[in-house]
Amino acid sequence: MYKYSEFDEFFVRRRVEEFRDQVRRRLDGSLTEDEFKPLRLKNGLYLQLHAYMLRVAIPYGTFDSRQMRQLADIADKWDKGYGHFTTRQNIQFNWPKLADVPAILDALADVDMHAIQTSGNCIRNVTADHFAGAAADEIADPRPTAELLRQWSTDHPEFQYLPRKFKIAVSGSSRDRAVTKAHDIGLRSIRDAGGSPGYEVLIGGGLGRTPMIGAVVREFLPESELLAYVESILRVYNLHGRRDNKYKARLKILVHETGIEKLSREIEAEFAERKKWFAGVDPELIEALKSAFKPPEFNLSRTGAFERRLEKDSGFRAWADTNLFEHRCSAYSIATVSLKPIGGTPGDASANQMRALADIAERLGHDEIRASHEQNIILPHIRKDDLPEAYDVLAASGLQTANFGLVSDIIACPGMDYCALATARSIPIAQEISRRFAALGIEREIGSMKIKISGCINACGHHHVGHIGILGLERAGVENYQITLGGDATETAALGDRAGRGFSADELIPALERLVEAYLRLRDSCRETFLEAYRRLGPEPFRAALYPETGKLAA
Amino acid sequence: MVKKFTAKVITTNRLLEGDAVYLTRDGIWSPEFGDAELFTDPAGASLALETANRQTLLHVGAYFADAETDPSGRPSPTHYRERLRSMGPSNYCHGKQAERANV
Repeated sequence: MYKYSEFDEFFVRRRVEEFRDQVRRRLDGSLTEDEFKPLRLKNGLYLQLHAYMLRVAIPYGTFDSRQMRQLADIADKWDKGYGHFTTRQNIQFNWPKLADVPAILDALADVDMHAIQTSGNCIRNVTADHFAGAAADEIADPRPTAELLRQWSTDHPEFQYLPRKFKIAVSGSSRDRAVTKAHDIGLRSIRDAGGSPGYEVLIGGGLGRTPMIGAVVREFLPESELLAYVESILRVYNLHGRRDNKYKARLKILVHETGIEKLSREIEAEFAERKKWFAGVDPELIEALKSAFKPPEFNLSRTGAFERRLEKDSGFRAWADTNLFEHRCSAYSIATVSLKPIGGTPGDASANQMRALADIAERLGHDEIRASHEQNIILPHIRKDDLPEAYDVLAASGLQTANFGLVSDIIACPGMDYCALATARSIPIAQEISRRFAALGIEREIGSMKIKISGCINACGHHHVGHIGILGLERAGVENYQITLGGDATETAALGDRAGRGFSADELIPALERLVEAYLRLRDSCRETFLEAYRRLGPEPFRAALYPETGKLAA
Repeated sequence: MVKKFTAKVITTNRLLEGDAVYLTRDGIWSPEFGDAELFTDPAGASLALETANRQTLLHVGAYFADAETDPSGRPSPTHYRERLRSMGPSNYCHGKQAERANV
């Protein structure tokens, strides 16, 4: 893992001191609220419905046991004993007090963490494939690239006041687990014909009010030219991105209004100039970073403990069936720890659960942990024969839910239970869906299913790319939920189609039940997933299930 | 046509704690919506808001929330957002509902 250099440490500590002084000046009246608000946002501190909320970056989702334990201690000491993992590979604390925040930031700095650039119109936390460094299908570990971008983007003087926020995601595999097509910049590791490493570069993706799938702006960018090229994209965006209307200020709108060809020419022209300044800098940096993310020394021996446990324990078997993924090393597995217990809040982990995860990572997992944008925790390197022991620790902490990728593995934004921007609640909807399908006992029969819920049009819950997307809005003074169908967050990314009129909270769960029943009836075999069936059949039979009354009218 | 004035309370979030509070008849801030003064005339409401917003060290900036009188004669929020804000999150017994339970 990357460890802070002296420079990183100095920079983060200095920012904490600066913020401590800003808080002091707000409390003694030297700063007005209008003056203070942008300063606190620069440090990840929001004011939500019931309290302040501190958003802490977990760069590219990678952290270790020491950092996880510190997050647990922060949750116990200054919050309500839990943290919320988000769809941006961040963690949020929902209840800090203003006067405590400088001390929290100090505690974060003690373990090489911070809340800088987790808000505001700047380059946000760079996200990456949550199986980074572990997946069998990986072409290149995305983390050296992501760390390079973190260092480059942190406090970059030219890009502190962009037209709007800016999100970059990096994938190192042909399978896209980082939703690269829904980011301002998506980078996908590839190799050219000669075997040299580089990236396919996509720009202008994004969800929110105007969802768009990113377009390829460069089919192959050599690794050594990354910073010069990314900086050129940012420069063109910074100059030409709209500042007259915040809803039209994201890069996706510039791509849409200018056209990808014209914009690409502008970026290339800028790049031709910038490249001169960057010559010879990147390769050294990249090599140093690559060595910081060297894979651990794997223990290749097998004892058969994994198979023996599979044989005799159906609970373990169910968990292994859904929550394990193929590791680059055959003696290992990638374990997804579900933060979606039936009826629970997606993404929440108690301080004790965080400590249990830290213990497993430290003892059995080469001290590596990942936060996933799907609001789960990944233990990327668990030796197969250690999985029974890891599972027992998880089970003792209520973390053994065997539902990764199933209907109850729901992404949900905090919604109107916490967020000041929300137009409806998300969490109770997720809880109800999870309870309902668990009660029906058909989760495994349904198979792969991505339900994603957002409590407002900003789409933090990624509803546009859910197989079933749910968007909570206000309609005539009550919460109303719109359904989209057929969205996809992977390399075959697609935006869901709006099914029709929205549902009240009471109508929603029965409607989803009809939808899923229709799928089970319509699929051509138990191997055809909901998304595949939707693609084969189109929206009509699913709409008919959601809106039986219109079907009757037509008949 | 002038829109009919709907009854309002004055609310904000406290600077230190960040929790929602409501302006009472005595000019202090209560954590309970039901303790708030219900304004039924626009002029009185505006004046009270202006006064409240001079207390810049106590809160982050006050605003009006639409309210009505509940059967017990106390003001209650008309919109679900303010109702949720006056209670706390629905997934845990945290925030005001927890404070009430501890009384």
